[in-house]
Amino acid sequence: MNRMALEEYKGVYIYAQQVDNKLGNIDFELLGKAKDLAKDLNTDVTAVLIGSGIKDLADELAAYGADRVIVVDDPQLKEYRTEPYAHALASVINKYKPEIMLVGATAIGRDLGPRVSARVATGLTADCTKLEIGDFPLNPVEGKEQKHNQLLMTRPAFGGNTIATIACPNHRPQMATVRPGVMQAIDRIDGAKAVIEEYNPGFEPNNKYVEIVDIVKSVVDTVDIMDAKILVSGGRGVGSPENFKILEDLAEAIGGEVSCSRAVVDSGWKPKDLQVGQTGKTVRPNVYFAIGISGAIQHVAGMEESDIIIAINKDETAPIFEVADYGIVGDLNKIVPELTKQILALKAAKA
Amino acid sequence: MKIVVCIKQVPDTKGGVKFNPDGTLDRGAMLAIMNPDDKAGLEAALRLKDEYGAEVTVVTMGLPKADEVLREALAMGADKGILVTDRVLGGADTWATSSTLAGAIRNLEYDLIITGRQAIDGDTAQVGPQISEHLDIPVISYAQNIKIDGENVIVERQYEDRYHVLKAKMPCLITALSELNEPRYMTPGGIFDAYDAEVTVWGRADLKDVDDSNLGLKGSPTQIAKASDKVRKGAGEVVKLDPQESVNYIMSKLTEKHII
Repeated sequence: MNRMALEEYKGVYIYAQQVDNKLGNIDFELLGKAKDLAKDLNTDVTAVLIGSGIKDLADELAAYGADRVIVVDDPQLKEYRTEPYAHALASVINKYKPEIMLVGATAIGRDLGPRVSARVATGLTADCTKLEIGDFPLNPVEGKEQKHNQLLMTRPAFGGNTIATIACPNHRPQMATVRPGVMQAIDRIDGAKAVIEEYNPGFEPNNKYVEIVDIVKSVVDTVDIMDAKILVSGGRGVGSPENFKILEDLAEAIGGEVSCSRAVVDSGWKPKDLQVGQTGKTVRPNVYFAIGISGAIQHVAGMEESDIIIAINKDETAPIFEVADYGIVGDLNKIVPELTKQILALKAAKA
Repeated sequence: MKIVVCIKQVPDTKGGVKFNPDGTLDRGAMLAIMNPDDKAGLEAALRLKDEYGAEVTVVTMGLPKADEVLREALAMGADKGILVTDRVLGGADTWATSSTLAGAIRNLEYDLIITGRQAIDGDTAQVGPQISEHLDIPVISYAQNIKIDGENVIVERQYEDRYHVLKAKMPCLITALSELNEPRYMTPGGIFDAYDAEVTVWGRADLKDVDDSNLGLKGSPTQIAKASDKVRKGAGEVVKLDPQESVNYIMSKLTEKHII
């Protein structure tokens, strides 16, 4: 794109994902980040809301920071299907020309994002964990124009072994999918209103419209520790199966799940599907509590990509402290229940 | 039925990660394996071949040594291998990669294209859906179960809390999860034959209906501003405090990081 064409693109947009006509945390997280970016660019935030009978959700988006909501409402959009949703979002992009388009890196967003980016012929950076406005190249390079006010998109790759910062200097919109649970939503502003615009590009079913034969919702009985944002993981140091209660209480207080080390499974204290490590599951939660876990290399291999690792162990030479962001040498039986108590107290104070 | 499977040779992430001076990955310097999700996609194709009869063609884009994963695929039971390799294709982002693969696939007949959901080096999950867009066919991502019903394919498409049973008219592109199946081993006879088998090699000139402006580093809308090895964890703090202070310490960190 030439400079003139690039400059036509304005505003920070988010794709407001709804499932069963309900918004999710990812929408508010995207709005929170979009607001930061819009401030830096001196522009405003638009949410693109796509579905059937979803107009009522616009106020909720306004409450979390949307200045404007573009509503694409059509019976073809009742359930998520790649083609009509891609058509809707791509049509909005072509008509309204956003400078930045953010999509949640969810099972929907990671399908919709690439399809839309290919349709509007722009770049897409996957699963970003940090977004900021800056210069590209980061530092001036002789003979190369340094562009200002670019979206710099940072993401892990190589299974978390590397971090890359990506720019999309010559195409618009600058598109990113954003990892859930990373960005901060703003506090809800009751009564906030957004400008609402309805837009329907028309939906003509074609070969790309797939048919939904059935929808099977999973019954939540067993949790998948790989999906947990917070894991409270216990090792042999917890002492007994009964004593896992203090970990379960902490998990419940903080909104996490309990997992464990191999030693715990081998002792028959917990089922295999809660095991983290080389012979168990590889997890990457936002927070991983390693409680009474020594940190054998086989365990570490399954959790070292966690964003924040908090280890509690009475043995200060335990290898877990080598991978922990925050290590606490101490008695888990004293620390864990008190921690639970304080989290609950804080929650009660906030409510 | 004709099935095209896209596979990628990826560095085994258990090995070290190396970069070129320009910030792109130095793939030549790392150990290489067939990407796990792609292998699941290949296995899914081979099972369809076993059940319904199909010709399975594997396509890869990469350095000349990516020939290795094609031979592995042939040894598992694929019928043909195509290596797309050319200097001008190097440094491609997902847009340029999908443009390249679409350009190769336009030369082939297909009812079904299967790709892995994502590669363990890039973790983007973008190339499959982007190929489908370039070819103007439906995509079903995150496939759990694949069945053929006449001219349609029926697939379970996984979401966080549910799955949709989807029916799409072929041709269609499916992205496979490594949880989909347990890939078969190469057979000894297969390995022997694969060693001698002829792998088709295509370069830039063999790609159909793709403009130069969509290929390689120059045709990539996204550009790397900075890349680095992630600083290994372990530079963290270890404190030894009394229980109450320990709790205060954890609370302060959880608050600071917006966890609570």
